[in-house]
Parts: sequence; structure tokens; C-alpha cells
Amino acid sequence: MQLFLEQFPIVVRSLNVGFMQTLKLFCVTLIGALPLGLVIAFGSMSKVKPLSIFTRIIVWIVRGSPLMIQLLIIFYFPGIVLHKTVWGGGEAGRFAAASTAFIINYACYFSEIYRGGIQSVPVGQEEAGLVLGMTKPQIFFHVKLSQVIKRIVPPMSNEIITLVKDTSLARIIALQEIIWAGQAFMKSSQGISGAIWPLFFTGVYYLACNGLLTLLFGWVERKLGYYKV
Amino acid sequence: MSILEVQNIQKSFGSIEVLRDISFSMKKGQVVSIIGSSGSGKTTLLRCLNFLERPDGGRIVVNGETLFDAADPATQREREVRRKRLRFGLVFQSFNLFPQYTALKNVMLACELLARERPDYRANRRAIQAQIEAEARTLLDKVGLANRMQNYPWQLSGGQQQRVAIARALALKPDILCFDEPTSALDPELTGEVLRVIRSLKSDDRTMIIVTHEMAFARDVSDHIIFMDGGVIVEQGNPYNIINNPREERTIQFLSRYQTQQES
Ligand SMILES: Nc1ncnc2c1ncn2[C@@H]1O[C@H](COP(=O)(O)OP(=O)(O)OP(=O)(O)O)[C@@H](O)[C@H]1O
Ligand SMILES: [Mg+2]
Repeated sequence: MQLFLEQFPIVVRSLNVGFMQTLKLFCVTLIGALPLGLVIAFGSMSKVKPLSIFTRIIVWIVRGSPLMIQLLIIFYFPGIVLHKTVWGGGEAGRFAAASTAFIINYACYFSEIYRGGIQSVPVGQEEAGLVLGMTKPQIFFHVKLSQVIKRIVPPMSNEIITLVKDTSLARIIALQEIIWAGQAFMKSSQGISGAIWPLFFTGVYYLACNGLLTLLFGWVERKLGYYKV
Repeated sequence: MSILEVQNIQKSFGSIEVLRDISFSMKKGQVVSIIGSSGSGKTTLLRCLNFLERPDGGRIVVNGETLFDAADPATQREREVRRKRLRFGLVFQSFNLFPQYTALKNVMLACELLARERPDYRANRRAIQAQIEAEARTLLDKVGLANRMQNYPWQLSGGQQQRVAIARALALKPDILCFDEPTSALDPELTGEVLRVIRSLKSDDRTMIIVTHEMAFARDVSDHIIFMDGGVIVEQGNPYNIINNPREERTIQFLSRYQTQQES
């Protein structure tokens, strides 16, 4: 017990540092993937056939293969195969590579959710807008968008909660996120060695983070609950 | 002069010819009803008039202005379609109200968006907005929904929703208001309130085209009835003659189904 109390502050300090990196990856992924997903969604719904087929194939490949492989390819491919340094060295380089992989991967998942949401709005809504003299952009922003958001909040919240947990995959390219920080104590770090509980304790951070997100999405759902589609 | 002249409208979907040589005209303040069995092309005709479908042949002339001429590409420019559409209003069978807005906002939205294009919008924003709202309230009052303005569509019955849709179409002051089976999606006990509203519009001298399966209503409210079958106008004329004394074999057959329905 005495030992645990001595170790606890050291471990928490170290896990906090790792968790900041986890959070940073999470936020950067959302900031990149939310808009990129919309672009991909419009690409896959395009009337220009080659564009929509090309986009759908990319989405299929990205969604059909493990994120871990994508991470490894994006991180190692430029250096090993092309003999070029794209990512630079050190933690910053690993973070850039991880962000790129996560943004591409999650943008593809988001694009499918967006597409489902947009296509589930009945054509009658668009036709009603057209007959009332609205332009297509007006119909999108004033008629469809709210209905799309209402429909995609539940699948989006699932995906975003999965993202919180998926950030741990960046451990594979040695990004110093929270799992990496917890694992360090198993070997030896800051005078603590052979301790497994810090690794388990990282779970508390994920739970807290996802608890907050669940509350946030519940609030958004209630906000949009005033009407039915 | 005619407010609307439809000349030789022709429309195919792929190899199926859905409208063949449709011609009719109407005067301001007239009500024309279109009757005919399922698949005869009634909805397609209304959609052509509202520029939701582009006819393959024919002309549409409103108040002497050629809005569409299949032979003249100058009448088919995409960016002019929006302005031309405003000559017509369309009330859908399935209402198509915007679910996220109140009844009042449903009626106001399109007017608000159009008003933004006025050169004086920035200067008079408040006044314009107030006027749009006042007009919307008057319209909802007229369709009997004065106490429902702040309700959302899901809180309204089908009949009430359709009356909001009528008010919404009227808000843009179309020259010609089209109805596509406005009561077909309603329970029988709710059709009366919608038909009453349409009747009241007739007494305001509104020009209307009504696609309907309510034969008695069509006979009473129309100045002119068109019977369509297989994409052509089989017979058209004065309501009493068409409903009570049809000449064409196909009209007689079609109407006999309704007579037996009403008797049984
Ligand atoms: N977008 C489309 N593509 C292909 N065929 C269509 C399309 N829209 C309508 N049709 C066909 O055109 C014909 C006429 O359809 P329309 O909806 O105009 O008939 P209607 O008279 O309104 O029938 P109802 O009384 O059932 O509403 C039908 O055979 C229909 O299948
Ligand atoms: Mg129809």
C-alpha cells in the first residue's frame, strides 16, 4: 500500500503526458476527418461516374483493411521503399504520420455515414424546396442539413467513441500516447519497474473521455429531438 | 387572353411515352380538374408545368410569355428555371412539409430566402421580415390554422399538414396553383377540411389545376375537366358534361368505377 501511494503520483503525471498526446491525436483526426469525409461523401455521390467509382473503391479499401496496417504503411513506406524522409524524425514525425493515417481512415468511415444521412432525406423535401423557388444550396443548408445531422448523430457518436479507443493503435509506431506511457512502467521507468497496474489504469482515462462524449452526444440528440423525420 | 396555354406537351421516360400531345388552355380565375386512372400521366403533367421534369416536346405559355419551348433552347436555360417555377405552385400528395420548422416557419421560409435577393433587403430587413410574417399568419388563418402556427408538422393531423402546405404554396403568390391528389394520403374523415379550403380559394378567383379522384368535388369546383388515359387527353369540357354525360367509351368506363363505388 505504501508503495502504491508512492508510485501513484509519478504514474499519473506520466499518464497525463501520454493522454495529452492521445487527445491531440483524437482532436486532429476529428478536425481533419469531419470535413474530408463530407468531400468524400459528395465524391461518392457524384454524377460523374469515374469520380464516384474511384471514390467508392478508395473507401472500400480503407474500410476493408485494418487501421493498424494503414498506420504501418503510411509510416514506413516512404522511408523504406522510396528512401525519402517524409515524416521527419522523432515524436513529431510519428504524430504527423499517425494523424495522416487516422484522418484518411476516419474520413472514409464518416463519408459513408454522411452519404447514408444525405440519401435518407426523402426526395420530396428537395422537390418541395425547388417548387418554392429555392436554390440547391439553399435547399441543402435550410432544408436538408438539419435532417441529415439528426439522422447521423447516433452513428457518428458510435464512430467517434471508437476513435477514442482506436488512438491506442498509434502505439504500434511508438507514438508516445497513453498506452505507451503506461507500458513503460512494466519494464522500468522513473524508478518504477515491473508494475502492470499503470497499464490497466489507462482504462480509466478512456472511460472518462467516452463518458463525457456520451453525455455530449446525448445532449445533441435531445436538442434535435423536438421534431421527427 | 389565356393565363396558361399548354401546347403539344410530350414526355418519355426511356422508351415509355408517358405524355403524348397534351394541349389545353385556361383563363385567369378558372379551375381545371384532371381526372384519369393510375399511370395515365397526371402527376407527370403537373411536374412538367413546375419544371421538375423537362418535356421532350411542346410549349408552355403563361400570360403570353413562353416559359418553355422544346424547340427553342433559349427558353431552357437552367438559371432561369427558378424564376419561371415561381409562376406555378405545387401542393404534393404527401405534403412534403419541412419537419424541423413550425407551421409558420414552413410558410415563411421560401419568402425569406427570396427576400434576401431584394436590393433593399439589408436596409429594410426588419420591415420585410415583419411583412413576410404577417402575410404568413394571414394565410394560416385563412386555411383555419390560426391556433396551430407554432406546431411542428408531426404534431399536426394529415389534413392540417396539407392545409399548411397549401398556405406555403400560396405565400409565393403563384399565378397558377397545382394540386396533385391533395386528399389521397388522408383518412376519409379528413378530406373534407382540405376540399373546403380549396373551394374557398376558388371563390377568391385563384387559378388552379387540380388532379383528383374526388369526382363529385371535381364536378362542383371546376370550370373545366380533363380526362386523361394512357398519356393522352381523351375528353375535355364542361364538368357536368364530362361527369354526367361522357361521350368517349374510355371515360364512361372510368367513371362507372366511381359510380359503383359511390353506390356501394
Ligand atoms: N421518373 C420516372 N421514370 C420512369 N417512369 C416514370 C417516372 N415517373 C413516372 N413514370 C411512369 O409514367 C407513367 C405515368 O405516371 P404518373 O405518375 O404521371 O401517373 P398518374 O396519372 O399520376 O398516376 P396516379 O394516379 O397513380 O398518381 C407511369 O407508367 C409511371 O410508371
Ligand atoms: Mg399521380
